[in-house]
Amino acid sequence: MRAGMKAGIPIAVASVLLGTSFGVLAQPVMGTVAPIVMSAIVFAGSAQFGALAVLTAGGGAGAAIAAGVLLNMRYLPMGIAIAPSTSGGPVRRALAAQPLIDAGWAMSSRGGGRYDLQYMWGIGAVCWPTWVAGTALGVFTGDLIDDPDKLGLDALFPAFFLALLAGEVRSSRAAIAAALGALIALALSPVTPPGVPVIAACAAALVALSDRSSADREPIIEPEPHGAAP
Amino acid sequence: MSATWQTIAALSITLIATKAIGPVALGGRDLPAALMRFIGLLAPSILAALIVVGTLTAADGDLEIDARLAGVGVAAGILVTRRSALLPAVAAAAMIAAAVRAVA
Repeated sequence: MRAGMKAGIPIAVASVLLGTSFGVLAQPVMGTVAPIVMSAIVFAGSAQFGALAVLTAGGGAGAAIAAGVLLNMRYLPMGIAIAPSTSGGPVRRALAAQPLIDAGWAMSSRGGGRYDLQYMWGIGAVCWPTWVAGTALGVFTGDLIDDPDKLGLDALFPAFFLALLAGEVRSSRAAIAAALGALIALALSPVTPPGVPVIAACAAALVALSDRSSADREPIIEPEPHGAAP
Repeated sequence: MSATWQTIAALSITLIATKAIGPVALGGRDLPAALMRFIGLLAPSILAALIVVGTLTAADGDLEIDARLAGVGVAAGILVTRRSALLPAVAAAAMIAAAVRAVA
C-alpha cells in the first residue's frame, strides 16, 4: 500500500489541479457545499465534469444522472478485471473495489489479468483527499481563476493516461488493442452519448482471443515504476 | 431535493454498485485463461479510448480539436524518447496547451 501511495503522488498533484478546476466551474451552478460533497462521495472526475456540463447547460437531474452513469459505466469492466485479484466475502470484495479510479486501476495492472489491489488502495488513499481539497480550493478561489482551461489543465489527464499507456504496452497484442480502442473511441464519439465510446473500446481487448497459440500469450512482466524518475 | 443533490445521490449510489458488481459476482472463481487474457488487454484498450476522448472531444462528446492536442502531442514526443518520463510529459502537456491558448 505504501508503494501505491508513493506512486500515487503525481496523480494526487493532478487531482488537486483538476479538483480545483472542477470546483471553479461547479460553484456558480451547484453552490458552495454540493461540489465538495460530490467530490467526496462520487470521486469520479469524468462523471462529475460530465454531470456538471449537463447541469450548466440547464439540463435536469435525469439528464445529468444519465451522463454521469454512462461515464461511470467503464468501472463495470474495470471491476470485472480486478475481480480475480479480490479475496474474502462479498462485502469485503465490494469494498476492495471502491478506490477504483482510472489511473489507479491502470497502474495496479501487473500483466496477465492480475491486479495489485493494495497498491490501488494506496493510490486512492492519496488521491481522494487531494481531489476533495482541490475542489474546495476551487470553490472558494473561483473568483480569482476565471477559466481553468487557460492553464491547460484539461490536457493533464489525457497526457497522464498516455504515460500510463506507454508503460502498459508491453506486447504487440497490447499495442493492437490500444490502437483499436483509440479507433473505436474516435469513431463513436461523434455519434454516441459521452461515456459510450470508452465502454465500447473494451471490445478492442477481444484481440486477446484472436490467436490461441500459447507461445503468443501475454508476457507477465512487472511494469516499469511510474513517476519514480525525477 | 434539487437537481444537483439528486444527481449527487444517484451518482454516488450507482458508482458504488458499478464498481462492486464484478468482484462480488466473479471474485474467488478461477476464470478461464481466455478471459484472463481479455482482462489483461482491457487496460490498454480503455486507456487509449480515454486518451482520445480526453484529447479530442468537447464536453458534449463531439470531436473538437483545440490546444489539448498540441499539449498531448508534445507529451507523446517526450514519452517516445523516455517511456518513464511521466511527470515531464504531463507538465509539458499542460504548459503547451496553456501557451497555445494564450497566443490563439
